[in-house]
Amino acid sequence: MSRAVAVGGPIVGLDDVGKTYANGTEALRHFALTIAEGEFVSLLGPSGCGKSTVLRLIAGLAAVSGGTIEWLRERDDDGGARVGFVFQEPTLMPWATVTANVRMPLTLLRVPRREAEARSQEAIDLVGLDGFERASPRELSGGMKMRVSIARALATRPRLLLMDEPFAALDEITRFKLNNDLLALWARKRFTVVFVTHSVYESVYLSSRIAVMTGRPGRVASEVAIDAQYPRDEAFRTSPEYNGYCRAVSALLAAAMASAS
Amino acid sequence: MREVEVDIAIRGNAETLRAGIEARPQSVRPGAPGAGAAEIREGEAPAPPAPGRWRHLASSVLPPVAIGVAALATWEALVRLKAIPPYILPGPLLIGATLIKDWHTLYPSLLVTLAVTGAALLVATVAGAAIAVLFAQSKWVERSFFPYAVILQVTPIVAIAPLIIIWVKNIQLSLLICAWIVAFFPVVSNTTLGLNSTDHHLLELFELYGASRRQVLWYLRLPSAMPYFLGGVRISGGLALIGAVVAEFVAGTGGTQSGLAYRILEAGYTMQIPRMFAALILISASGIMIFLALTALSHLALKRWHESARVRER
Repeated sequence: MSRAVAVGGPIVGLDDVGKTYANGTEALRHFALTIAEGEFVSLLGPSGCGKSTVLRLIAGLAAVSGGTIEWLRERDDDGGARVGFVFQEPTLMPWATVTANVRMPLTLLRVPRREAEARSQEAIDLVGLDGFERASPRELSGGMKMRVSIARALATRPRLLLMDEPFAALDEITRFKLNNDLLALWARKRFTVVFVTHSVYESVYLSSRIAVMTGRPGRVASEVAIDAQYPRDEAFRTSPEYNGYCRAVSALLAAAMASAS
Repeated sequence: MREVEVDIAIRGNAETLRAGIEARPQSVRPGAPGAGAAEIREGEAPAPPAPGRWRHLASSVLPPVAIGVAALATWEALVRLKAIPPYILPGPLLIGATLIKDWHTLYPSLLVTLAVTGAALLVATVAGAAIAVLFAQSKWVERSFFPYAVILQVTPIVAIAPLIIIWVKNIQLSLLICAWIVAFFPVVSNTTLGLNSTDHHLLELFELYGASRRQVLWYLRLPSAMPYFLGGVRISGGLALIGAVVAEFVAGTGGTQSGLAYRILEAGYTMQIPRMFAALILISASGIMIFLALTALSHLALKRWHESARVRER
């Protein structure tokens, strides 16, 4: 079967990763996953299964208790960041304008001012917020704030974009819209995404591959390639192919949750 | 061929995206140009039409003014009807007349007190913020020094003012130190709280991009602490005035360099009770002006982003 996405070589591999927090909570055990360049991978699992922990470990915001995380084929061409992170909340600096928020990572990475300005403007245009550069976050709707957060992550041209249930707090109409726009962006820019969600429907709609996780301590119970063609649009949401995938993934999720208990 | 398809899909998407942002039904005014612009101003209240503003002013200012006038009239009437002598309780009219008559003595004293207050507030603000930033550098520093800041705060200033006045030769400087001791704590404790209340997700974001400690402080923790800091300064303003007046009382210095507190003492000794009241009024008025000025400053600094300065549309 031909894959829907042209996938490059692996860029990061997690091998037998375990994570136990200081309070004794074991979040992950024997977690293994390899991410290849150009993929859109979703981590799907029940809440509290360690999905977010995986992202934090990849980002280097927490240290593994066991196992290894290996970055492969590092590049050092354009001073981009290794990862971009989009949190559940937009996490914007309320005192700063949209532009200042998007430019902050570039400032921290010491990108020259002129280039930082050009790159943040490009990122703002990409997420469709041109005209709102000087707005402050509290003047924006929830969906628009999330766009700012995505623009901020993309401005650094990360090798890997980590997204932690970014649309979970949004209403369904806004979520569908952002799903479509994210896919369009991804098709255009070909970055690599690891997307955490607890929604079967969202993961099937977006992903080229889904890793289904067990309950805590989390590990990958099964992986499914979603071989539906991109670009995907609203017609895909109602297609039999989509429904078939959703049924299959739901069954895998149910099995994964049963195996944990 | 595939690429062409993709391109069309993206362009189509970008257009619907823009339409989605601009066409937000609840805020679009029919026929208004630039509906998007209307949307983003939802946080700011439009300038209310003049009659509404007057009505608001009338409803918020008139009642307290009416109460004040009524109280003063009762006071004046009581003093006259009961024939209370002015050295027991002067009426408000006499106090007003004394304020005007003694302005040439009271005004220089007012300036002296305000100078001590202003200098103490300035030093308290700068030193308080600096100490808070130092505390924020490490939990260890904060734990070691914070208790002493608390001790300085809870020790009554009247008890330590005599010592300070003995130790420090320059009387103005000793007054300044007393006022500062009273005023600096709110800035320190509030700013420390603010620096430690930074959104932890934003801290992680900064960590992700390898921010240095200085960058985290400058770009993230200081702006986050701003509302707390300004709240502390607002409390300190009133305390600096109280500290200055208390220290003047304890020092009890006369001469040209004496502040309003000494005028009160002096008037008390010589039974010039109307002048005592006049000086008291000047102290209270100063306190009110300081509070209003600092509130306005805080509002100006925060109006763009902080909830405390938000004007709600009704």
